[in-house]
Amino acid sequence: MERLNLLKRKLYFEILRIRKIEEKLSEIYKYQKIRCPMHLSIGQEAIAVSVSNNLRQNDQIVSNHRNHAHYIARGCSIKKMFAEMYGKKTGSNGGRGGSMNLFSKEKNFILSSPIVGNSIPVGVGLALEKKIKNKKKNLICIYLGDGATEEGVFYESLNFAKLHGLKCLFVIENNYYSVYTPLKYRRKSGIGEVFNLLKVKSFNADGNNVLEADSVIKQAIKYIHKNNQPTMVFLNTYRWLEHCGPNIDDQLNYRPLKEGKTWKKKCPLETLEKKLIKEKIINLNKKSLYLNKIKKEINEAIKFAEKSLFPENNSAKEKIYAK
Amino acid sequence: MKVRNLSFANAINESIFQCMKKDNNIFVMGEGVGDPKEIFGTTRVLSKKFKNRVYDMPLSELAATGIIIGCSLNNLRAILIHQRVDFSLLSLDQIINLAAKLHYMSNGVHKVPIVIRMIVGRGWGQSAQHSQSLEVLYSHIPGLKVVIPSNAYEAKGLMSSAIYDNNPVIFIEHRWLHDTYSNVPIKNYKLKLTSTHLLTRGNDITIVASSLLTTYALTIYQLFKLFNINVEIINLRVTKPLEVNDIIKSVKKTKRLLLLDPGMTEYGISSEIIAKVYEKLNNKFQLSRLGTKNFPTPVSKSLIKNYYPDILKIIDAVLILTNRDLKKNKKFQTELKKIKINLNRYIDVPNKNFKGPF
Repeated sequence: MERLNLLKRKLYFEILRIRKIEEKLSEIYKYQKIRCPMHLSIGQEAIAVSVSNNLRQNDQIVSNHRNHAHYIARGCSIKKMFAEMYGKKTGSNGGRGGSMNLFSKEKNFILSSPIVGNSIPVGVGLALEKKIKNKKKNLICIYLGDGATEEGVFYESLNFAKLHGLKCLFVIENNYYSVYTPLKYRRKSGIGEVFNLLKVKSFNADGNNVLEADSVIKQAIKYIHKNNQPTMVFLNTYRWLEHCGPNIDDQLNYRPLKEGKTWKKKCPLETLEKKLIKEKIINLNKKSLYLNKIKKEINEAIKFAEKSLFPENNSAKEKIYAK
Repeated sequence: MKVRNLSFANAINESIFQCMKKDNNIFVMGEGVGDPKEIFGTTRVLSKKFKNRVYDMPLSELAATGIIIGCSLNNLRAILIHQRVDFSLLSLDQIINLAAKLHYMSNGVHKVPIVIRMIVGRGWGQSAQHSQSLEVLYSHIPGLKVVIPSNAYEAKGLMSSAIYDNNPVIFIEHRWLHDTYSNVPIKNYKLKLTSTHLLTRGNDITIVASSLLTTYALTIYQLFKLFNINVEIINLRVTKPLEVNDIIKSVKKTKRLLLLDPGMTEYGISSEIIAKVYEKLNNKFQLSRLGTKNFPTPVSKSLIKNYYPDILKIIDAVLILTNRDLKKNKKFQTELKKIKINLNRYIDVPNKNFKGPF
């Protein structure tokens, strides 16, 4: 029982942490020190938290443009993240990637890429290496959104992973919109149907319910290792802010206001918080302890980013070719 | 070093075989790698000898490219094969947006040691979609290396270097060279991936050529030697990164530059070389360039006439640049006649043994 409580606290803390980091990014974006596109994950945090909770250190991850929650939940450096967004030398990519290309080799967070769908086959390739080298214990987590399932390369990659029995966990975050375009203008069939056609086992979970998602992902990973097969977990969720940038975009009227309200009632953070308070697993004291801890971490990251140097201009032409 | 006469196709095969035998981090993927035709013989024996490192594949060029990139990020070295250059166009996003940029965008952390072989399918009515020589397209992209060998000896040495290079290498093979022979060492060896290689010395004119056109240049070198025109041939075997110092040095001496481009003339590799040379020498030299016509490759034997730069056109260009009038020379006329007969006979095939069907 105590173990389960610990897990619940941990998951709660991680969601809270991502939420607060992103709220801070949203708040400071107006100062124009962050000078790159950024795609916030506010509202979608539970998926990354439940996935990361089930991955092992040597498992590898690829992600997309909306990568912050994935990156943070994996435990990658927040200092390097902020510094990267500030365009500093100490950033995860030394100022050559920005928000959309965050990665961390030491945490096996191999790649984020904002060309929708193009990190998918790279993830499958990482898994092929594991097979060629007979590294049976590891799997590759491939994060993708509903939009990426419309790219041809998604189908190609899935077919290849199935063909060779590669250990890939396809995590599909369906937030119903590709930029401003809703699903109904993009397809007739359900996203999961292609998995059935290719005989790839699929799982479903509520993407805003971290406990449910956590247990389903656990099952999916068990399936992967037991059967040496790829699998998919399909999760519905909702993006609260604009596609790209720090603000809300309700005024554009591309989404029904009612829809947003309904989803906010299903907020992955608040619903969990209410539940855990009711179960007496956390209380307001605990929450403020968490908040202080997170605030401190964020302030340190901002300070680090502000104090770090910009890369020298003449270093821009370096590292085009590897030695 | 022990050498013997070997075909270009076998030289490619031998390089890959020897590298794979020595290093089990190398693997091969391509549509047809293990089929009866074995990529024009270039993947012979590989699938039998290295069973779990040779992958035939679904027709998914884009995913396959991403997959070898993924493997390379986990320290494998991959060779991906396209039976035609044109098929690689299905995979441009992975090549240009990821393979070429990952090292740069990761601040030097990621390396992408992959080789993508592409075969130029000229001839036998292969059409506009099966015969393009697109080295110029890939040469536009920083982070890629583009290699374009002209004979069997180069093919083996450059392939071995490409496999062991820590960058994505586009390796373009002209299929009319696959069945050409040169002396090739038995042991494995590497040739540096540098742009130019001086083939012949001469004071009268500089010819920069690559791939099949280098063999044409060597033919006219012999011819003009008989008439006391000395041609300096510089073989361009790596078009990216491009280094033109040796070309500048040569043009300074000869004052005449003729560029032979396997791709289209407009926006060709030649255009870039001319710009670079001109920046250094201003207008102190005469120049001419020959590439294909600037329209899609037609199929019909009658339409294909005049499409490619051929030996006669090269001869004309040399005569104009060097201001020599040999056309009335009897001996020269006899030589030209021989060339003309062969040109008409082999207008859409590499040699008399080639009978199609593809």
